Amino acid sequence: MSNSTASSKKSVLWDWLTTVDHKKIGIMYFFGGLFFFTIAGIEAMLMRIQLMFPEMGFLGEQTYNELLTMHGTTMLFLAAMPLFFGFMNFVMPLQIGARDVAFPFINSLGLWLFIFGGIILNISMLAGGAPDAGWTAYAPLSTTSPGNGVDFYVMGLQVAGAGTLMSAINFLVTIVNMRAPGMSMMRMPLFTWTTFVTSMLILFAFPALTIGLLLLMMDRVFGGAFFDTAMGGNVVIYQHIFWIFGHPEVYILILPAFGIFSEIISTFAKKRLFGYSAMVFATMIIGFLGFMVWAHHMFTVGMGPVANAIFAVATMAIAVPTGIKIFNWLLTLWGGRISFTVANLFALAFIPSFVLGGVTGVQLAMSAADYQFHDTYFVVAHFHYVIIGGSVFGIFAGTFYWWPKMFGYRLSESLGKWFFWLFLIGFHLTFFIQHFLGLIGMPRRVASYLDGQGFNEMNFISSMGAFLMAVAFILLVINVLISRKNTDNVQDPWDGRTLEWATTSPVQEYNFAQTPLIRDLDALWYEKMSGNGKMKAAEPLDEIHMPNGSILPIFIALGLSIAAFGVIYSAWFVIGAGLLLTFAMMFIRSIKEDHGYHIPVSEIKKDKGEG
Amino acid sequence: MAADHAIERQSLPPDPQKATLEGRNKYLGFWFFLGGETVLFGTLFGTFLGLRSSTEGGPTAQDLFHLDLVFIMTMILLTSSLTSVFAVINMKRGNHKKLILWMAGTVILGAAFLGFEIYEFVVYYNYGLGFTVSAFASSFYTLVGTHGAHVAFGVGWITTLLIRYRKGGITLSNAPKFYTAVLYWHFIDVVWVFIFTVVYLLGVGG
Ligand code: HEM
Ligand SMILES: [Cu+2]
Repeated sequence: MSNSTASSKKSVLWDWLTTVDHKKIGIMYFFGGLFFFTIAGIEAMLMRIQLMFPEMGFLGEQTYNELLTMHGTTMLFLAAMPLFFGFMNFVMPLQIGARDVAFPFINSLGLWLFIFGGIILNISMLAGGAPDAGWTAYAPLSTTSPGNGVDFYVMGLQVAGAGTLMSAINFLVTIVNMRAPGMSMMRMPLFTWTTFVTSMLILFAFPALTIGLLLLMMDRVFGGAFFDTAMGGNVVIYQHIFWIFGHPEVYILILPAFGIFSEIISTFAKKRLFGYSAMVFATMIIGFLGFMVWAHHMFTVGMGPVANAIFAVATMAIAVPTGIKIFNWLLTLWGGRISFTVANLFALAFIPSFVLGGVTGVQLAMSAADYQFHDTYFVVAHFHYVIIGGSVFGIFAGTFYWWPKMFGYRLSESLGKWFFWLFLIGFHLTFFIQHFLGLIGMPRRVASYLDGQGFNEMNFISSMGAFLMAVAFILLVINVLISRKNTDNVQDPWDGRTLEWATTSPVQEYNFAQTPLIRDLDALWYEKMSGNGKMKAAEPLDEIHMPNGSILPIFIALGLSIAAFGVIYSAWFVIGAGLLLTFAMMFIRSIKEDHGYHIPVSEIKKDKGEG
Repeated sequence: MAADHAIERQSLPPDPQKATLEGRNKYLGFWFFLGGETVLFGTLFGTFLGLRSSTEGGPTAQDLFHLDLVFIMTMILLTSSLTSVFAVINMKRGNHKKLILWMAGTVILGAAFLGFEIYEFVVYYNYGLGFTVSAFASSFYTLVGTHGAHVAFGVGWITTLLIRYRKGGITLSNAPKFYTAVLYWHFIDVVWVFIFTVVYLLGVGG
């Protein structure tokens, strides 16, 4: 019955291409995200070099527009979200004591759709022109943009977005149905909670994006009239649809970071998270309000003072649950025995940085004032403060925190501290000054500026800060490469509180030999304080059922990508062939019965060192 | 592995679609999926409502829509929901043959609906309502066409199930598959009821 030994005969590459193990999928999400983060970072550096001096001739205007669009799109969809998905995939099932996710096959499909979507988007640069209409792709700028650039944007995001939606459903079902005995919802670690709420946001926001992209595609490829005013179209509809998706998207990017900080702050303050239930509640309220405020991106579109006022007030309301969270983190730190690891340094630096971004957010929410700020560098400064000071700091914190669990070695703390300080200083140098650039009138999304407008010095300083961040990032890469021998003390290096630290590092494919019994919040900490430091088992040792790997997800994703290229180049035959491949693979999947395999008790005992 | 073998009628639990963890996962996951689909169609409806009077000199809803045809289509689709309900009732009773029969009826009615829809689109096209004629035309075809694509997908899906499970019996592994397919089918029926009201009745009534 068991063929677990058969898998060891296959090559390592085949193993990774066909895996349905949530931990390997998490690692692939992580490296995919890191790869695109690097690309988008290079695009940012090119833009900052162009803006270093007035009237620079380094990049042309068209190139700048393309870099701007690719930087924003890549950072949001192909770097930040996949990096969080990496952590969610790897850590969340461990945190709830599950053997696996609910749909391992669909998990792998989601990964490959993200990778293929990213490839489609980036191939545009080789295929004669990247998208150039900004990450928002506002119509009619996007519908009239010549060439195929925007088509690549539309189809790349459509493919990647389908994968995102599937993963979100997978996370939701896993959390609801697969928690270990005793793990009630109100005992779930905060990172699991934010994964849950984030997945809800994806579930209800991404279909709106799907439609927005569909309508763009209809207009561009099939001659539709949605956004063609001469034919009765209406471009404001696009803005509404885009931001009904787009505003929740920023919470999709920040809530997981909140979860990571909650774990890290309580671990390194050696205290239970202050106000746990308030934190859970605040997360849900932020998630809900995230859907109510989209039109604050459209104050200047002419909705009228009443609508503007309503959306302004709704927006400011989000500051309340966010403030609750900030105070709870501070109160967790209060009186704690704080250790200043790199992970915790990022968490601590996050608090003031994010508060600054929140304050400018409330300023932007004052609709009358927004007429002044709109489309200036003030906005650029604001969103980079929340997105870097929040999401990216969260990703770096999570990287240092979970690295030993994911990869079986610890990153160097001393090199990590260099990385932290250089990045922190570079970040504030780059973006703080941009508030003032915006206030004195420098517009965003411009490829250059004239001499003598008072913009020169501040732009130069901003670019210097960007160089510091780039140097810091190189230090992180070096750290990853040279720390590989730090393999001692990796199972529980931080004296952790939650379940992922109760299993071995690297984690065996079945996560837990026996499903753990959860007796309190911070389950592992509870056992450390009142038990023998080990989780109690909720079941006898028995053979474990595992799903088989499959190559089908790659081919399903490939088929959809071929169809996407067919749409981009309006080739019906190619669209048909791609869809045929996809549906044929889905048909095989549903016709073929696949029962997986069992890992025998003897092998589990051998892993435990008891065999 | 026991799940694979046909289970005797008396040993099948009352809700076979929810008896295993796998079944429960499918069931719950599918409800979440339908939540997302609701947003998808909601967005399309919103767009249609915003553009439905932007006919720009092209054919209008009053020029085109024949309520008798659409009424027949509605009846066909509602009947297909009913047949799928009978299928589920028989599934819970452990009657495999009747399950397959009622599901096959559902597929046939769904295909008939699609045939009528294609006919309808051809008639409108010949009357001058091309996809590119006006914002109304684009939003009409996109909304109704997306629904039609869902029907087509459902027909293909259920047909696959029928081929795969034409023999054997009801098991704990195929019961959730039939059950989710039926949920999906009800969902596209409900969407059609909204289309009937918002697109056709409001369109003719002004
Ligand atoms: C790490 C250093 C970064 C630098 C130096 C940087 C630099 C820039 C620059 C120069 C622009 C163009 C501003 C304009 O012309 O209006 C920009 C836009 C943008 N950036 Fe960044 N950025 C960085 C990181 C990030 C990250 C981490 C994200 C998101 C996760 C991000 C998201 C965006 C977005 C969404 C836009 C707007 C694009 C658009 O308007 O279409 N950036 N950034
Ligand atoms: Cu917003």
